[in-house]
Amino acid sequence: MAIWLTKDSKVIVQGMTGSEGSKHTRRMLAAGTNVVGGVNPRKAGQKVDFDGTELPVFASVADAMAETGADVTVIFVPPQFTKAAVVEAIDAAIPLAVVITEGVPVHDTASFWAYNVAQGERTRIIGPNCPGIASPGASNAGIIPADITGSGRIGLVSKSGTLTYQMMYELRDIGFSTCVGIGGDPIIGTTHIDALKAFEADPETDAIVMIGEIGGDAEERAAEFIKANVTKPVVGYIAGFTAPPGKTMGHAGAIISGSAGTAEAKQAALEAVGVKVGKTPTETARLMREIMSGS
Amino acid sequence: MDLYEYQGRDLFERHGLPVLAGGVATTPEEARAIAERLGGRVVVKAQVKVGGRGKAGGVKLAEGPDEAVARATDILGMDIKGHTVHKVMITVTADVAEEYYFSYLLDRANRTFLCIASVAGGMDIEQVAAETPDKVVKAPIDAVKGVDEAKAREIVTAAGFPAEVADQVVEIAVSLWQAFVAEDATLVEVNPLAKNGDGRMLLLDAKISLDENAAFRHPDHEALVDQAAVDPLEQAAKAKDLNYVKLDGEVGIIGNGAGLVMSTLDVVAYAGERHGNVKPANFLDIGGGASAAVMANGLEIVLSDPAVKSVFVNVFGGITACDEVANGIIQALALLEQRGEQVTKPLVVRLDGNNAEAGRAILDGANNPLVQRVDTMDGAAERAAELAAAGV
Repeated sequence: MAIWLTKDSKVIVQGMTGSEGSKHTRRMLAAGTNVVGGVNPRKAGQKVDFDGTELPVFASVADAMAETGADVTVIFVPPQFTKAAVVEAIDAAIPLAVVITEGVPVHDTASFWAYNVAQGERTRIIGPNCPGIASPGASNAGIIPADITGSGRIGLVSKSGTLTYQMMYELRDIGFSTCVGIGGDPIIGTTHIDALKAFEADPETDAIVMIGEIGGDAEERAAEFIKANVTKPVVGYIAGFTAPPGKTMGHAGAIISGSAGTAEAKQAALEAVGVKVGKTPTETARLMREIMSGS
Repeated sequence: MDLYEYQGRDLFERHGLPVLAGGVATTPEEARAIAERLGGRVVVKAQVKVGGRGKAGGVKLAEGPDEAVARATDILGMDIKGHTVHKVMITVTADVAEEYYFSYLLDRANRTFLCIASVAGGMDIEQVAAETPDKVVKAPIDAVKGVDEAKAREIVTAAGFPAEVADQVVEIAVSLWQAFVAEDATLVEVNPLAKNGDGRMLLLDAKISLDENAAFRHPDHEALVDQAAVDPLEQAAKAKDLNYVKLDGEVGIIGNGAGLVMSTLDVVAYAGERHGNVKPANFLDIGGGASAAVMANGLEIVLSDPAVKSVFVNVFGGITACDEVANGIIQALALLEQRGEQVTKPLVVRLDGNNAEAGRAILDGANNPLVQRVDTMDGAAERAAELAAAGV
């Protein structure tokens, strides 16, 4: 069944005719994703060929939904236009919007998030600055490589793209129900807690890997949530123990401010609620392997 | 990007907020010129991005231009908590009657902005909040609705600003919000927001952080970067569009993806505990593409750090295929040789993921004595630390 993205999901791509958008539309199709069209008001009515699959271009998200029944949009537009693209998706009340774009000003993200809340949160937003969501063997919305692993019963939620891939690879023989890359920006639409809640409720997920990094207190709040609400085993990994304070480490949100947002605090919070935290990605994978093999 | 106080003062002035007349000087003579222009008694303040300047002797009064020169001479070059003072701000003096606190900042946890206001200003607000929480108002701001007069009045009333300054603070709160949005700031902190002896409100200090992601709509923000304070290697990396942070260790790090690179730093530091306590020398994320040209630029930056004794290239082939990455590394080394760079430091390369076998075969085939292949992240970190310890 997976969470949020299943084999029945119908996916459209905002920015499908751009270079990143077209490259990844092709990859999503190759992964078996049911991509049903794209959005670009200037190219509405045209068709784009992806290795024999002809996809229509619509003028708006609303049009695309009306014509195709799409329920997921993946957004690849440049940062300058991301806010408008997300607002359009919210206005169309599409259930899931995956925002891949990196470099979105935080005022824009705060603004579209506030708008989404004001509209009653009809749209789940994942990202921005994220690799997307993949339910292996079923559907792939974003840029997560589809061939790393097959389907299985581990759920994965991560702030980092490549650490997501690394973890999928380490545990590829066991497989994953859904892998969610929530992104490394200071404000994101879907949090660790949202994913933990969904995995806890998903009958096809038996255990959860949670990957965090320095900055903010999302991991600490996730730890509190786990204590009160999660019965499935959770294994954690935190990146950034050696990061100096005050420096942004690649992700806009990965910064230790004063004494807040350190990896030590996050690890301590998770361990305090019984989550095993691996020292390296490989050790984290081993901890999960032990849980899945019942040892 | 964090601004200096004088840059914050200038920014406030541009947005019509009441600040003290002043200017910034890098030499005592410039300080004299500003003091002459301002006239009368002035304050000379060290410009460093760290708190506690006053206690360190970095803020001094001067009775006129000659004293301003003397004070500037004292303060310029001073070390304040590891920060060398290269600039001083000279302003006219204020006749402070009351000190308040006002700020807008990003509230990551609640995915919105927050206003913090207090009538107990001039002190560390976190301390005020800890000791007298009832004196600190924290009001969430809706990013779409922002701060209009009604919202500002709600905050000013809740914080208990005295009636005689309330209207002025409301006006400042609205203008400050407009500046916060217009400049794409993630923090504007005014401490103190002061009432002068004549009853006028003044923004007496400015702590401002700007969102670098918004640089595309603020071409003027580039000029606010203090190039002299930027590490030369970071500067060179930025010119090549590389995401690089200089650290203090001996193992150069190149990887793809911010999370994986952060993780690589940690794993190398753990390995270093067993090998002469060597540490990662830098953070460098070459991104998803990792072409030969990008790899060459990255290697060039990392190898030009004299502290680096070994380099760990840690790549997980996600979208990028590892054979392309392997070719990139070999070509990058050749490219560096063409550029006249003498590469002598060992490279430990770990390739995993997409086409890893082919990538490893390419590295083996190239038979470059500087390149060592280790196929696990932990093992490669161990080897890189060991080599760095041997080379120290």
